[in-house]
Amino acid sequence: MIRDVTGILIFALAVIALTLLLSSGVWLNALMMTLYAALLALAWNLLGGFGGQFSFGHALFFGTGAYASAVAQVTHGINAWAALALAVVAASAAGAFVGALAFRYGLKGSYFALVTLAFAEVFRILAVSAGFTGGGVGMMLPLQESVANLQFGSRKGFVGLALGCVVTALLVTAWLRHSRFGAQLQAVRDNEDAARALGVDPRRTKLAATVVSAALMGAAGAFYLQVFQYIDPAIAFGPHVSVEALVGAIVGGMGTLWGPVLGAVVLHALAESTRNLFGNLPGLNLVIYGSVLVLIVMFMPRGLAGAGRSVRGWWRGGRD
Amino acid sequence: MTSALLQLDSVSVAFGGLRAVQDVSLTLPAGTLGALIGPNGAGKTTLFALMSGFLKPDTGRVVFDGRDITGRAPHWNARDGLTRTFQIVQPFAAQTVRDNIAVGAHLHVPQRAAALAEAERVAARVGLGALLDKPAAELTVAGRKRLELARALATRPKLLLLDEVLAGLNPMEVAEMVPVVKDIAGSGITVLMIEHVMQAVMHLAQHVWVLAQGRLIAQGTPAAVTTDPQVIEAYLGHGTAARLQAVSA
Repeated sequence: MIRDVTGILIFALAVIALTLLLSSGVWLNALMMTLYAALLALAWNLLGGFGGQFSFGHALFFGTGAYASAVAQVTHGINAWAALALAVVAASAAGAFVGALAFRYGLKGSYFALVTLAFAEVFRILAVSAGFTGGGVGMMLPLQESVANLQFGSRKGFVGLALGCVVTALLVTAWLRHSRFGAQLQAVRDNEDAARALGVDPRRTKLAATVVSAALMGAAGAFYLQVFQYIDPAIAFGPHVSVEALVGAIVGGMGTLWGPVLGAVVLHALAESTRNLFGNLPGLNLVIYGSVLVLIVMFMPRGLAGAGRSVRGWWRGGRD
Repeated sequence: MTSALLQLDSVSVAFGGLRAVQDVSLTLPAGTLGALIGPNGAGKTTLFALMSGFLKPDTGRVVFDGRDITGRAPHWNARDGLTRTFQIVQPFAAQTVRDNIAVGAHLHVPQRAAALAEAERVAARVGLGALLDKPAAELTVAGRKRLELARALATRPKLLLLDEVLAGLNPMEVAEMVPVVKDIAGSGITVLMIEHVMQAVMHLAQHVWVLAQGRLIAQGTPAAVTTDPQVIEAYLGHGTAARLQAVSA
């Protein structure tokens, strides 16, 4: 635990130092978006990596958070910081609702993946047709730059906000690695029947993990809204966010502390560099991005973090 | 007579047309080491599932420690001190031996450090002390059986249902495991074991129940049960009891 927390502290200080050193808007933007992607992957990893429940619809919680914050601020004039808290609460409630239903009926594996995907679609359609969400037009957050409004004049403020969320997610993950709840969650992931025989309630355990994972996704949704000041049903509940969350965690290494961060960094670096290198051949960057993704999934089934551990083990073994 | 820790009252369960367990009643007094034997497919594991809450009986009652627990979820039973192991071992394969056992210890120990310490103690007790940091997936069959036992033991049970902890072990491994089971029973935990290794049953059990085709056909001391004609016929076929008697006469 102490080692994990020290690592998180060093990571936070490094990001802060980097932010202070950087002056180019492009680089600050890249840093912010990488942190945002890491947040999505970390949130997904809590349920997918530690709980073994593969959600294909995590946008559901992201969108709920984003809309909760937007409605609170635009319609009800609530302060942005309070709206952020509301977003977390609303996303948690959505997590409790979907989790309670899915686990009540014992949905596992691909069935769970499909039902989360379906719920995200249902929420997207509801957001299009409901009145208070602004329908298909979406919702615009009026520009009022001030810290009290959670709208920072400089990108550095947003990097700080994203870093705060990422550090929270990392601390929750570290706690999972060294707590009773985490042990029980991983036991349910590895063998549900064995866990039940040892006194673990699988339904409650998975539900709690869903709620925590959804809460972090809600924070990510609220963050997105503050940065881009616009949300519509396709952005909020479309498959893009769901895929970004799970790909980051899977590529980086599921069920690890640093895997999702690593995955987000590598995927962002890859996406940016292919776009810059092959920008004059539209589509080629996506071909390369996709190929690398396939190669990683094929040859590193435990992700980059898992592969790193294997190499380290091999190196140590080789020296003995 | 000591009080009954576990009592079954005419428990039955059917899977479609297959009547897996029919009208089984038995009383397991606290502090005994009992054995449940019977030919393959007799319904022994199904009976364990009914006792521990993994299956709900169609009719009948299960009473544990004076409380009706019929059809109650297994995790509640584990909290009250009734736990089982699995015939086909179910390790948390990706985790180390220590982490595996700690999941059991966490049932009554909330703190991580204390649970890990307890896992070490339990591991030493079942002879896994040297393998604490090994991933469960790398254990041998004998190691996995011990792990299965250790995890259950770490939940501090009153009643331990052991489903063939000796199956698949070579004679030397059986000889090593028997004292471990004996030590557990000696520490005041009531044990009911399903076992095919008759040498171990004869050596360990105080009371034996024999299940055949879903029905309880005999019970008593190991010596009495193994000479029961009905039991011999259940294992070896119709008419063999008479023939064996003729041979020995």
